[in-house]
Amino acid sequence: MQGHLLSVILFTPLAGLFLLLFIPKSQKTFIRLWANITAAVGFLVSLPLIIGFDRSNGGYQFVERAEWIPSLGVQYLIGVDGISVLMVMLTTIMGFLAIFSSWDSIKDREKEYYSMFLLQQTGMLGVFISMDFLLFYVFWEMVLVPMYFIIGVWGGPRKLYAAIKFFLYTLTGGVLMLLGILLLYFNYASQFGRYTFEIAELMKINLPLATQQWVFWAFFVGFAIKVPMFPFHTWLPDAHTEAPTAGSVILAAVLLKMGTYGFIRFSLPLLPKASSDQTIVTIVAVLSIIGILYGALVSLMQQDWKKLVAYSSVSHLGFCTLGIFALNQSGIAGSVIQQINHGISTGMLFLVVGVIYERRHTREIKEYGGLAHIMPNYAIVFAIAMLSSAGLPLLNGFVGEFTILQGAFDANRIWAAFAVLGVIFGAAYLLWLYQRTMLGEVTNEKNKGLPDLKWREWAVFVPLIIWAISIGVYPKPYFDILEKPVAQIVHRVHDTANAAAVPATPTPEVASR
Amino acid sequence: MSVYYTSLDHFVLLPVLLLALFGCATLLFDFWVFPEAHQRKYLLIFLGLGEAFAGWAYWRQGAALAINGGEISAFHGAVVVDHFALFFHWIFLITTLVVGLISYRYLEVRDEHHGEYYGILMLAQCGMFFLASGNDLVTIFVGLETMAVSFYVLVGFLRAEQRSNEAALKYLLLGGLSSGFLAYGFSILYGIAGSTLLNDISKAVASRGHSDTILFLAIATTTVGLLFKIAAAPFHMWAPDVYEGAPTTITAFLAVGSKAASFALLMRVFASTLGSARSTWEPLLIAAAVLSMTIGNLAAITQTNTKRLLAYSSVNHAGYVLLGVIAGNNTGYKGVLIYLLVYTFMNLGAFLVLTSLTRKGLAGEDINDLRGLMKKSPGHALWMLIFLLSLAGIPPTAGFFGKYFIFLSLIETGHYVLAVLGCLYAAVAIYYYMRMVKAMFIETEEEETPALSTSFGTQVALVVTGVMTLVIGVYPEPFVRLAQQSFQR
Repeated sequence: MQGHLLSVILFTPLAGLFLLLFIPKSQKTFIRLWANITAAVGFLVSLPLIIGFDRSNGGYQFVERAEWIPSLGVQYLIGVDGISVLMVMLTTIMGFLAIFSSWDSIKDREKEYYSMFLLQQTGMLGVFISMDFLLFYVFWEMVLVPMYFIIGVWGGPRKLYAAIKFFLYTLTGGVLMLLGILLLYFNYASQFGRYTFEIAELMKINLPLATQQWVFWAFFVGFAIKVPMFPFHTWLPDAHTEAPTAGSVILAAVLLKMGTYGFIRFSLPLLPKASSDQTIVTIVAVLSIIGILYGALVSLMQQDWKKLVAYSSVSHLGFCTLGIFALNQSGIAGSVIQQINHGISTGMLFLVVGVIYERRHTREIKEYGGLAHIMPNYAIVFAIAMLSSAGLPLLNGFVGEFTILQGAFDANRIWAAFAVLGVIFGAAYLLWLYQRTMLGEVTNEKNKGLPDLKWREWAVFVPLIIWAISIGVYPKPYFDILEKPVAQIVHRVHDTANAAAVPATPTPEVASR
Repeated sequence: MSVYYTSLDHFVLLPVLLLALFGCATLLFDFWVFPEAHQRKYLLIFLGLGEAFAGWAYWRQGAALAINGGEISAFHGAVVVDHFALFFHWIFLITTLVVGLISYRYLEVRDEHHGEYYGILMLAQCGMFFLASGNDLVTIFVGLETMAVSFYVLVGFLRAEQRSNEAALKYLLLGGLSSGFLAYGFSILYGIAGSTLLNDISKAVASRGHSDTILFLAIATTTVGLLFKIAAAPFHMWAPDVYEGAPTTITAFLAVGSKAASFALLMRVFASTLGSARSTWEPLLIAAAVLSMTIGNLAAITQTNTKRLLAYSSVNHAGYVLLGVIAGNNTGYKGVLIYLLVYTFMNLGAFLVLTSLTRKGLAGEDINDLRGLMKKSPGHALWMLIFLLSLAGIPPTAGFFGKYFIFLSLIETGHYVLAVLGCLYAAVAIYYYMRMVKAMFIETEEEETPALSTSFGTQVALVVTGVMTLVIGVYPEPFVRLAQQSFQR
């Protein structure tokens, strides 16, 4: 018990929001400044978390426990393990960068804009650190409202459609997930005679396979819509395309990860039998592979720069879910790392689109061409973002994709074969995009004289580039921190699944790097 | 049986006597002391005093119950006060107070500020008292009619307005019809048991077989009558028209008070009296619940009048509460109580904001009248956002816990299909609530309109309902305990 560090991290944005409400609307610069300060403080207070985190310990750390609704068995129970600590860091960093990048681009209703971002920040952090299922659910739903407003108020031309579609899709998934949660809760109560939402306790239930499958599908709808997996992905291109740049960044970098995190944290350990059930695994893996290939192929065909990046998310998240349902050490660890990578590289790609959109107010790819001559620095940043997303060795994307493929290969060679195709397509659409927009002659007169990156834009890109390269060159810390918690999940899935048969000893293959 | 009165009878009846007294006093003082229109808001003092005394009486009853437990029964068992009834009495008290607080400004704006309004509000509350506390068919029926007649008057209170008159007439005719059904059902129940006391009926029903035609007839007609009163489909037809035509304040009173009172009666009749005939009435209620959620949700999507929209949404909510009765276990009944409590605050709040939109020469009832509210009056817009999210059941607002118990009870009793249906409809509902949110926050006003009509009373009521909606959502523990205690008999 190391004090109340997690609570401080969780409530810093909310406290900042509260104070923000007292700043008059007309003080625009002060509002911006205050939001940035809050987000920066939010990041700084999360630093002691990663520094003080004990990597040799696979369990939860920084645990805080308090009664919330005793008569329902709901607790304010938060803590982090190796997986969630990475997600928390991703959230605080990307949250700060997203808020920072909005300085020039949002010139309307700033107070409400930053309030929504800060509220969302607390919601997302809560999702990643909750160890109580109802608490988790509250944060999960809390995130919807700010994102609805971010898309709906500050979005593009079809913002209303995109915003309500986002809300309806994710809420539908959410309420079905709630039913799954309640089913678990009820079963626990009938087996143990008391009510609790504590996840560690819920793991003790002995559920028959059929019930596990029902709960699994209830969770699946909730998480798969959030990820989003094929065929639940249709809200994503709309939401991404219409959202303001910072909204897209947060949506891609953090919000989607709530879905994959849900699979790792809840589906696998709580429902080990269902999660290792051959039919279910096959269905999920096939959907992931369809997502990978479909996302990539659709990206190839896009005329809209931002939509292309949005569809590439579908493809990348397909890798993440495939890795999870490979159900082995490298698959899951790779998936978590890939989630962070996707946050960095897709976040960068959205920022890249945002930079040019602010200058030209169009996202049509054919409006551009030869931008490298006009904005050389911008071209370099884009190149790095693009290569990191495509999975070039020595950049972050490679590490994640490679490890996932390794895991998929161990689980089923055919999956890996198809997934590799996705990597190739991924390189194809990204390189082609780069070629069409950056290389060659300047095809459009309007693009002449566009200013190159401003210092504020540099300030957003540089940390991301450094982060991308650091993961690419030296990913060991990430694997170290993930090793124990992922091994536990893998053990749990395989042990419980084989409990009836000969207790097979799972071989936790540590990614050797 | 010798007829005599005991001090216990007075103790039980005291709150309703006080309410009736102050209600009648309002009618008198209206002429004597406050003849001018602008003075009439002082009649609120009578309402306040009446409610304060009634509250004091309830509080004493609660204290007596806490010591002795069980129930206090009076008039040979025709009227009982138990925790369950008290729970509802407090809901009625809060509702009447809030409606009173938000009314005076609204009535001034509509030029229909008359003193009898407050008196009739309290008389309606007297009727509600007997719906929650009545334990005898005749008592219940008289209570029901007292409430209904008060509402017929209140709904038509905007005398100069055609819609209001039409609504009153519609409500009178359909309400009369439903009362007829109910009376018919009651008469058969009396025929079965040979007594009008619910306790005797309960015993008589339990001794009869399951496939009993007479019993089915009694239950079917009673169900029809009750479904009318709670505005559940397929007997909801009156609700949109009446909600739209009535003064907005009365719409709120109708949507919250009348519905809660009818649910109190429904719980008493179905859950305890007819509990043994569950297999007979459960299919009826399931059909009504599913239809209510379907019709309520689908019809609400296309509405452009906010009052009509909330009317259909209230049909939908009736469906959810019925689901709790259908589940019929401890969690389910607890869920019904929590749901109704939560519904009181969030729905009163939502109507309250609509009331403020009514200004001189502007009905403010179209969904487009909400446009740009965030810019015009951020306070109203933000509170309204909370009420709407709560109506939609998004945590951390109170509405979530209402739905939580309903869903949990359905799962506990194995009604999985109903649970999934309820969940999916919760997602549908978000669409029309978000239409209002969209108008308030995203769209902008097309032409300049006058400032919102608020008063000290509406502001107090707004803060109270809003804070309660948030508090129950964030810290529901005491309310869960309260509901738990109210249900245990």
